[in-house]
Amino acid sequence: MKVRIYVTLKSGVLDPQGKAIHHALDGLGFTGVNEVRAGKLIELDIADGVGDAELEEMCRKLLANTVIEDYRIERAEGAA
Amino acid sequence: MRSAVIVFPGSNCDRDMAEALRQVTGAAPAMVWHRETALPDRLDLIAIPGGFSYGDYLRAGAMAARSPVMRAVAEAAGRGIAVLGVCNGFQVLTEARLLPGALMRNAGIRFVCRDVGLRVGNGRSAFTACYQAGEEILLPVAHHDGNFQADEETLDRLEGEGRVAFRYAGEVNGSARDIAGILNEAGNVLGLMPHPERAIEPAHGLTDGRRLFEGLLQTVSQPA
Repeated sequence: MKVRIYVTLKSGVLDPQGKAIHHALDGLGFTGVNEVRAGKLIELDIADGVGDAELEEMCRKLLANTVIEDYRIERAEGAA
Repeated sequence: MRSAVIVFPGSNCDRDMAEALRQVTGAAPAMVWHRETALPDRLDLIAIPGGFSYGDYLRAGAMAARSPVMRAVAEAAGRGIAVLGVCNGFQVLTEARLLPGALMRNAGIRFVCRDVGLRVGNGRSAFTACYQAGEEILLPVAHHDGNFQADEETLDRLEGEGRVAFRYAGEVNGSARDIAGILNEAGNVLGLMPHPERAIEPAHGLTDGRRLFEGLLQTVSQPA
């Protein structure tokens, strides 16, 4: 089963990478962008029986640094 | 003094660290590979060197912090053994939660590689025993992710408890409250972004890093 983990910087945490991307978009003439925040998408293919609690634990222990990052777990729709 | 240097795939300051320890303490450290599950006996100091462990995959220091040897390092730190993390070593210590906060991408995006002025914040730790509190020293930095961040409450605690060991004298990477190096609660774990091991002899151009190792030699070294 496919699971997507979205890791994003907490709101309020300065995102230098997002700022640089914003600046580059500006430079390309895309002037209508108010803010850019960059994050990560981690895709897992997990065995049946891996529950939500275990996924949460994976996020807290490794996939996200909860000091500065939030995470969101999304199970693929229509998966058996 | 009995010391060990932890080596991860991608460490690149491990030999500089070993050489600094050998020169200042007179004894070569044990080089400990990241897959080891135990450390040598009767250590006085564990050093986690700079570099790009695991290619900075996921986050700088994230993979190294979960490697087998770090359990032994955490256990030793809990027993009060001095642990020094420099640059990537500082990132590893925060990822391992042996130090609070996180080291993010430099605020100016650029990799910063130059000598920087630092103010010694606390002269009472084993690491700063040979510096004066408030003294300004010069050490090299070379990092992309040195922007120290923590929540306001943590920052207040670090300052209130005298745990900010080193502060940048000017703007370097966007770190909250110009923090360059912090101590854990017990004072036996130091993480810092600048490289003391690259500033110990005149040939390096700078020598202010030498006193960090001399302080350790004086305070944590046990009789053989």
